[in-house]
Amino acid sequence: MNTFNSHLRLAVVVSVAVILGIIACSPARPTGPVVRDDSKRKHAPDFALKDADGKLVHLADYRGKVVLLDFWATWCGPCVIEIPWFQEFQRKYKDRGFEVLGVSMDDDGWKAITPFVQRRKINYRVVLGDDKTGDQYGGLEALPTTFVIDRNGRIAAVHVGLASKKDFSDAIEKLLEDPALPAAGNSIRSDGSDADHRAGTHS
Amino acid sequence: MAPTLTIAPVPTVKAHKGSVAVVTFKAALPPGYHANSNTPTDAYLIPLTLKWTGGPLQADGITYPKPAQEKYSFSEKPLSVVTGEFSISTKFKVPADAATGASAQNGTLRYQACNDRMCFAPKTVPVMLSLDIE
Repeated sequence: MNTFNSHLRLAVVVSVAVILGIIACSPARPTGPVVRDDSKRKHAPDFALKDADGKLVHLADYRGKVVLLDFWATWCGPCVIEIPWFQEFQRKYKDRGFEVLGVSMDDDGWKAITPFVQRRKINYRVVLGDDKTGDQYGGLEALPTTFVIDRNGRIAAVHVGLASKKDFSDAIEKLLEDPALPAAGNSIRSDGSDADHRAGTHS
Repeated sequence: MAPTLTIAPVPTVKAHKGSVAVVTFKAALPPGYHANSNTPTDAYLIPLTLKWTGGPLQADGITYPKPAQEKYSFSEKPLSVVTGEFSISTKFKVPADAATGASAQNGTLRYQACNDRMCFAPKTVPVMLSLDIE
């Protein structure tokens, strides 16, 4: 009987060890939303870029909102895959203080962008990017490069290349739950440093 | 991170006045990358394009590499692309009044490359042929 109990105990210990080993050795789950800790977020550089109507759009206009800032181009296949997701996010989260802002890096400008936007019925604002803005955001060597910006104008997540829809939606959901900081020390300047000025609100 | 398209050096082209010369050069992309072919499947995609911009020869037709039809994670349908090493040929007319001796033919190759997850800005690289006209 004692021998039986010893064997049973040994079997249980081995089984637990095997199970723990399997768990420890399992392939890592896909990473969830890579939202940076609050303390590690840097201010998103401000820019002034024109939309299709020629109106200047400043990133600072979006302060207080969660912004998905998508650098893309009409010739970029992975960018095109993400666009319907962003259209869906725009519809789903707009009323909670969320906006998608597309920055097209097309060399051919509106000649290329306008028919594309019309054909795809893009429901969020698109502006025409330039090299200066690209440099401000790290050079943008590859597209798509997408920044998720918190209500305080700080970069909370960056995705270079095709990301998963869930990664984006998880990040957006998380950031929408966070309140904006008080206005002081919360504004955005083109050099990415803190500034105490008020910006208009994009409707 | 952006892939570099390399063009293999072409030996000096001996061209006879009043004749036709066919010149082929090889280009290559690193593994894992592709560029749109000269006839991409979507009007928004940027085609592989060779342009001869200067020199004594007259381009009379360019033969691009036969494209591969490849499916990527971001594409709903196969794309017309070139990968790895590929060749582009140009048929030149050598004018009867071309100057004898050494000269050069200059051009540019424009391409736009991607991998399975991201795309890179279109690039234009110079192409130069050394000529020996007889």
